Amino acid sequence: MIELVAGKYNYWIYIVLMMIGFYAMIAKENLIKKVIGINIFQAAVFLFYVSMAKVTGGTAPIEWHEAHVYDNPLPHALMLTGIVVSVSTTAVALALIIRIYGAYGTMEEDRILEINEGRDMGDTL
Amino acid sequence: MDSVNNLPVLVVIIPLLSAILTPIIGRIIRSAGWYMTVVATFTVFMMALSLLFSVLDGGAISYSLGGWEPPWGIEYVVDYISGFVMVVVSLLAFIVAVYARRSVELEIAEDKASFFYAAYLLFLTGLMGMTITGDMFNLYVFVEITSLAVYALIAMGKRREALIASFNYLILGTIAGTFILIGVGYLYMATGTLNMADLRRLLPALYNTTLVRTAFAFFTVGLSLKLALFPFHIWLPNAYTQAPSVVSAFVAATATKVGAYVLMRIMFNVFTVRFNMEVIPVTSILLALSSLAIIAGSVIAISQTNIKRMLAYSSIGQIGYIVFGVAIANDTAVTGSIVHIFNHALMKGSLFMVVGAVVYRTGIEDIAGLKGMGKKMPFTMAAFTIGALSMIGVPLTVGFVSKWYLILGALEAHMWYLVPVVLISSLLTAVYFWRVVESIYFHHTDGEESIHCVSSMNEAPAIMTIPAFLLAFFCILFGIAAFLPVSVASTAAKMLLGVV
Repeated sequence: MIELVAGKYNYWIYIVLMMIGFYAMIAKENLIKKVIGINIFQAAVFLFYVSMAKVTGGTAPIEWHEAHVYDNPLPHALMLTGIVVSVSTTAVALALIIRIYGAYGTMEEDRILEINEGRDMGDTL
Repeated sequence: MDSVNNLPVLVVIIPLLSAILTPIIGRIIRSAGWYMTVVATFTVFMMALSLLFSVLDGGAISYSLGGWEPPWGIEYVVDYISGFVMVVVSLLAFIVAVYARRSVELEIAEDKASFFYAAYLLFLTGLMGMTITGDMFNLYVFVEITSLAVYALIAMGKRREALIASFNYLILGTIAGTFILIGVGYLYMATGTLNMADLRRLLPALYNTTLVRTAFAFFTVGLSLKLALFPFHIWLPNAYTQAPSVVSAFVAATATKVGAYVLMRIMFNVFTVRFNMEVIPVTSILLALSSLAIIAGSVIAISQTNIKRMLAYSSIGQIGYIVFGVAIANDTAVTGSIVHIFNHALMKGSLFMVVGAVVYRTGIEDIAGLKGMGKKMPFTMAAFTIGALSMIGVPLTVGFVSKWYLILGALEAHMWYLVPVVLISSLLTAVYFWRVVESIYFHHTDGEESIHCVSSMNEAPAIMTIPAFLLAFFCILFGIAAFLPVSVASTAAKMLLGVV
């Protein structure tokens, strides 16, 4: 049991962080908080990739006469791309929020839904 | 000769470069955006066609990016199914691009038009990339490119509700994308490779590990969100209703289809049919969900008053058909699914373009407002009627062909109880399209209204009606000459399922 918790603590952290982000994305009413949720959610996945690349006793994959074992550099490279995607998503989301705030005067989702329903918009199933 | 060998990468790079150049040149020449988009999409369509023909001649093409051999480098694969889907996507991209000019002039502010075309081309880049790539991480990147472009395109809708529709899609799309990323990570952890062909070779030994099964679950949920399979469809109706007409037509015709294609690739090409049926009963789950989607999409469509929203719900039902064939998982049903990717793109493209033309002329989006439109816009409405007949599945239209193969596939799999699902849904489709066709042709404008509207002909511009009509014509052409798409699709299905 201790082995399962302490030996793989990095994966537990990833799961907990991911759930926090996921919860914020779905349950929070404030749009900015949703975007923060996106960021936590994606950062958790980045941590998962990076910790998967760790080799016990490994060093950075740079040629060095004392090193025999290197960490796997591929997940690191993938996550550079992942971070770019995450930044772009955040940028688009924030740009949308600015426009939403301009159009509705609020960033609370329940408030926006009320405003929309006030003007007949059909069902929102 | 060199450029011919590089065609697989050019179909992705040409729209990407044009997307970068469009806003720059658009700054100097305002109207350049449309011309560049039409030229770029036409080039991509021609390249996709020539790729498909060379696959038909000489079998699958593998392209190593930057000369790095797969499985280490990124591989692009053109085989029967990816060639077919690329032709469908680029054909629709070209036809909708031609149509876009007047509609964009009306619905998008002039200074933003070149950015609109840039996002349109980026969206095409993502779709072509998703289709052609043979690398799991590359797939994720293209999924996100597609999604980001779509968020921007939807947010350009006229009403402020478009912003909310776009934001909600952004939240769900990011969840879907990140789920796919997690799935890729788990598969990489299990096998140490990202190449699809390599994964197919290495995975069978690991089918019983929790890691691989969890990875598959993440892919299925993520992709179901992307392709709006019931009950993951919540983002779709608002997004399609609020987006500009051009975007509705293009996205409805292509985005969810490419999602379905990726689902097929992962289910049958990365994993195998055996895994889907025996290790995890995912085909039964998808069968239940898609049957629900087919019925629910049609039922909800009946009660809609906004025509774009009605078409959006009908899309949910039609996506159900594609997944339905995938879930039956024999080669006849999968043929039906692949053909339906093409057929539904033609039908929905044509229907949304007609609606866009009506909005352009009259601003009407309500079904009740279409009364007497048969006299005012006879050509446009004829295209709509052909599209509607095809959606119902009347013989000699494309809709009939795909339903025929789906029903045959269900019977071959001894699942006769699935046949009523298709038949009932056709009936429901007839109900909700008949409502529209009735008010187009059989309601005379009331005396009160005729004071306001001119009852003489008032067609939309030819540049809008001709593309819509062309797609409607294809609906009949490929309904009669069904062997053309079906022969490619059935070979593709056999290869996917590993029968050949």
